[in-house]
Amino acid sequence: MMKHLLSAGDLSRDEANLILDTAEEMRSLADRPIKKLPALRGRTVVNLFFEDSTRTRISFEAAAKRLSADVINFSAKGSSVSKGESLKDTALTLQAMGADGVVCRHGSSGAPHLLATSGWMTGSVVNAGDGTHEHPTQALLDAFTMRRHLGSLEGRRITIVGDVLHSRVARSNVLLLSTLGADVTVVAPPTLLPVDMTSWPCVTSYDLDAALPKSDAVMMLRVQRERMNDAFFPSAREYTRRYGLDVHRMAQLPDEAIVLHPGPMNRGMEISADVADSTRSVIVEQVSNGVAIRMAVLYLLLSGSNQEEPTA
Amino acid sequence: MSPAHSAESPDVAAAPKPAPRTVLDASDISRALTRIAHEILERNRGADPVVLLGIPTRGVGLARRVSDRIAAVEGQSVPTGSLDVTMYRDDIRLKPPRGLEHTDIPPGGIDGKVVVLVDDVLFSGRTIRAALDAIGDIGRPRAVQLAVLVDRGHRELPIRADYVGKNLPTSLVERVTVHLTEYDGADAVLIADKTGTGAKA
Amino acid sequence: MTAYLITGAKIVGGEVADLLLDNGEIVAVGTNLDTPAEVETIDARGLIALPGLVDLHTHLREPGREDAETVLTGTRAAAVGGFTAVFAMANTDPVADTAGVVEQVWRLGREGGYADVVPIGAVTVGRQGSQLAELGAMADSAARVRVFSDDGDCVWDAALMRRALEYVKAFGGVIAQHAQEPRLTQGAQMNEGALSGVLGLTGWPSVAEEAIIARDILLNAHVGSKLHICHLSTKGSVEIVRAAKQRGLDVTAEVTPHHLLLTEDLAASYNPVYKVNPPLRTKEDVEAVREGLADGTIDIVATDHAPHPVEDKDCEWSAASPGMIGLETALSVVQHAMVDTKLLTWAEVADRMSYRPAEIGQIGDHGRPLEAGAPANVVLIDPAVERTVVPSESTSLSRNTPFEGMTLPGRVVATFLRGRPTVLNGKPAR
Repeated sequence: MMKHLLSAGDLSRDEANLILDTAEEMRSLADRPIKKLPALRGRTVVNLFFEDSTRTRISFEAAAKRLSADVINFSAKGSSVSKGESLKDTALTLQAMGADGVVCRHGSSGAPHLLATSGWMTGSVVNAGDGTHEHPTQALLDAFTMRRHLGSLEGRRITIVGDVLHSRVARSNVLLLSTLGADVTVVAPPTLLPVDMTSWPCVTSYDLDAALPKSDAVMMLRVQRERMNDAFFPSAREYTRRYGLDVHRMAQLPDEAIVLHPGPMNRGMEISADVADSTRSVIVEQVSNGVAIRMAVLYLLLSGSNQEEPTA
Repeated sequence: MSPAHSAESPDVAAAPKPAPRTVLDASDISRALTRIAHEILERNRGADPVVLLGIPTRGVGLARRVSDRIAAVEGQSVPTGSLDVTMYRDDIRLKPPRGLEHTDIPPGGIDGKVVVLVDDVLFSGRTIRAALDAIGDIGRPRAVQLAVLVDRGHRELPIRADYVGKNLPTSLVERVTVHLTEYDGADAVLIADKTGTGAKA
Repeated sequence: MTAYLITGAKIVGGEVADLLLDNGEIVAVGTNLDTPAEVETIDARGLIALPGLVDLHTHLREPGREDAETVLTGTRAAAVGGFTAVFAMANTDPVADTAGVVEQVWRLGREGGYADVVPIGAVTVGRQGSQLAELGAMADSAARVRVFSDDGDCVWDAALMRRALEYVKAFGGVIAQHAQEPRLTQGAQMNEGALSGVLGLTGWPSVAEEAIIARDILLNAHVGSKLHICHLSTKGSVEIVRAAKQRGLDVTAEVTPHHLLLTEDLAASYNPVYKVNPPLRTKEDVEAVREGLADGTIDIVATDHAPHPVEDKDCEWSAASPGMIGLETALSVVQHAMVDTKLLTWAEVADRMSYRPAEIGQIGDHGRPLEAGAPANVVLIDPAVERTVVPSESTSLSRNTPFEGMTLPGRVVATFLRGRPTVLNGKPAR
C-alpha cells in the first residue's frame, strides 16, 4: 500500500480492489453494536480543510473516529489560515502536533501533493479534494456503490455528465473506473471539457441522448449556474434541456442502470427532483458508503508501519 | 496479505531448504476434528449453546468441518462464522498495513452463547488474545473456548486451548504449516526448518 | 586604474590572442602586445572571450521589493552570469512610469558598478493599461529610456498599443510587448494542453500569446515604429514572427533560457519554482524556439530574471508568484541548448546575447566586437567545465532557480565592465 492517497490514478487495480474489499468489511462492521474499531488507536488524524465542505469533513471525521483515531479538525475559517498563515506553516504546525495522517481539502490543485512531497511533514496525506484536480475518495465511494449494484465493473459502461473541466470528481472517477476495467464516457458541452483529452482513458461525447441507452450507470456532476456568466453555456435552461437528466431521459437507460450524483445537487439544473428521488438513484447510498471507504483508506494508510512489504 | 497458515511464525532468512516433514496426514486430521467435535458436545452438554467462529484463513475451514461433524452427530447444525482479528493484533503497528479478512457473525449473535474459537495452529497465543478483544466488541458470550488443530507450544501469553487436535513439540527454528483441501488442494500438517519450507508465505 | 592583459583566450569570431584592457578600453588585440609596466595578467588559455552580455529583460525589484532583489544584488548576479548591461523592467513599486523613478534606478546601477542598468519605462501609467505614461519625459531623462514595456501585463487595448507605437517614433523608442491576451488567460496557471487538463490547473493557451503578437505586428506595420516581443514561447509565435520577417515587417523578439530548455511536464510536480509567465510549453515549442533563435527569427536571448522571496514560492501552486531567476545560468543554458547541440556558434551566441540586445536597446557602449578601441566590456568563459546548479550558491538575493540539481556546461570565469573586473575566478570582484 502506498503512503499517501493523492490521485486515483496512483492506484493499481489490486490496490483499488483492496480498498474496496476492505470497505466492504468496514461497512458490515458498522452494523455492530460497538461501532468502534481499535485499528488506529493512538493515531492522530487531522482534517485540514481550507475549503468549506461539511459533508466531506464529517464523513472523514466519522471514519477516523470509528477506527479510534484522535481527530483534530483544522478548518480555514476561524483559524490562523484566514489570517494569512501559509500552507507551509500550517504543515509545520501539524508536524509538531504529531499528525500521523492529514486529510486535506484545498482550493488549489496540487496542494495535498505539495504537503506530501515538500518535506514539511512526515505523515500520510489523503487528498480530500484539491482545486479542479482530484477527489480520489469520492471516486472510490462511487466505484464502491456501483460495484454493490453492478458487480464487477469490468466492461461496464459508465457515463459521466457535466462540468468535467472544473470537476475533480470527474478526473478521479475517469482514472479509477478505467483502472477497474470500466468503459467510461464523459458527456458535456464542448466548453466544459478540457481542450485536449487525448490522455484521458475515456471516450468523450456532446450528446447525452446517444450515451444513455448504452450506460450501466450514469453520474451527473454538479454544474454551477454562475458558469454561464463566463459563457460556458448560454443559460441554465438551455443546459438543463441539453445535458440535464429528467424522467424522460432516464427512461432511455437500460433496466438495471443506476444514477449517481456526488452532491451537492442542483435539483432542476443537472438532475430533476424526480430522478434524484427515484428508485434508480443511489445518491443517498453514496453518502453512507463514503464513511466505509474513508475508513478503509485511513486504515490501509495509517494502521501499519510505513515500511515496504518484505518481498519474501 | 497475511500468510494465515503460518501466521505466527516470524519471518525467516533464506538458506538451504530441508524438505518439510508431514506430521499429520489427511486421516489424522479427520480423526482429530471428529474427536474435537465430540469433546465440544460433551463439554457443553450438547450443541445448543455453541457458536463456532473460525479465525481466517484456515480456522474458518476447520470450523466448518467441526460444524459438519456436530451436525452429523446431533442432527442439528450449530451457528458457524468467521472472526477476523487483524485490527486487534498487537503487532498491527509493526507490519505493513494488511487487508481485512471476512468477519461473519451468524444471525442470533453471540450474547449468552458459548463461542468456540477455531484456529489451525496455537503458538504464541497473541492471535487468540486479539480474538478475545474482537469478541468483546461484538457481544458478551457466556463463555469462550478454544479449539486448535495443532498446539506447538512456546506460549507468550497465559492462554491455553480447550480442544487440541495434536500437541506438537517444536523448536523455535521450525515452521508448522497447515494445508487444507479447500485452500491448498490437500490435507496435511507439515513441519520444517524455518530456513525454508514448501510454505507459500 | 589597473591594466589587464588577458593571454591566450579564444577571441569569439577570431583567433586565439591576447587582449590588453586599459583606461576602460580594449587597447589592443593580438600577440606580443606592448604592455604598461604595471599590468595584471590573466592566463586565459582554454577560455573564450566574449563581448560583455546584455540582458534586455531583467527584474531588479528595486524600488519596492528589496526583499527579493536590489539593484546591487541583481547586477552582481548579472556580472557573475557574464552580463555587463541589464535592462531593468518597469514593474517595480512605484512603477517606473516617470522620469523620477527611472533616474533613481539608473543611478543605483551606476553606484553599484557591477553592470550598467538601463531602465525600461512603463508604457502606461501604473502599468494599468489605460493612459500613456510620460514616455517623452523618460526618454529625455538622465536614464535616456528607449525601451518601454508594461511587462507582467499586456498592453491589450489595441488603440492604446497603436498610440504607444506611434508616439515613441518621435525619439526612436521601442515598445516591448508582454504578449498575453488577458481574457483568454484569466486565472491561467500553466500551458493549456493535455497536461493542464489532467493536473486540473487552468490553462494558458498558446493562442493568447500568438493572437497579440500577430495583432501587434500588423499594428506596427501600419504605423511604422519599433516593436519588440518579450519572452516568445510558442511554436505558433515563431511561425508568425518568421512570416512577418519574410514579408519585411519590422519586429524583434526574445526568448528566455528557460523556454529554450524546460517543458511543461515539470508542472506535474506542483512545485511552484516551475511556475512562470508565459508558462513552460511543450517539447515541440522548445524545439521551435531553438530553431527560431538559430535562424534569426528570434533575435535575442533575454533572461526574464524574476527573483521572488522564498515565501512567494514555498506555497501552493496557484498562490505562488510566477517567475524564475536566470542571470547566472543563462549562458550555461544557452551553451547546453544551442551550442552543444550545434544550433549556434559562439560567434552567434555573441550576436544573440550581446550585439543584438544592445542594438535593440540602443546602448552604444555595449555589444561591440572585441576590437581595439571598443569599450572594455569582456567576459571570459570556460566552456569545458560542468557545474551542478545549487540554489543556495546563487548570487541573487533569491533562490527560485528552476535548474536546481541540473548539471550544465560552461562557467563565467571573469567579467570586465569598462576594463574593471566585476567578476574574477567566478566570484564577484570586490
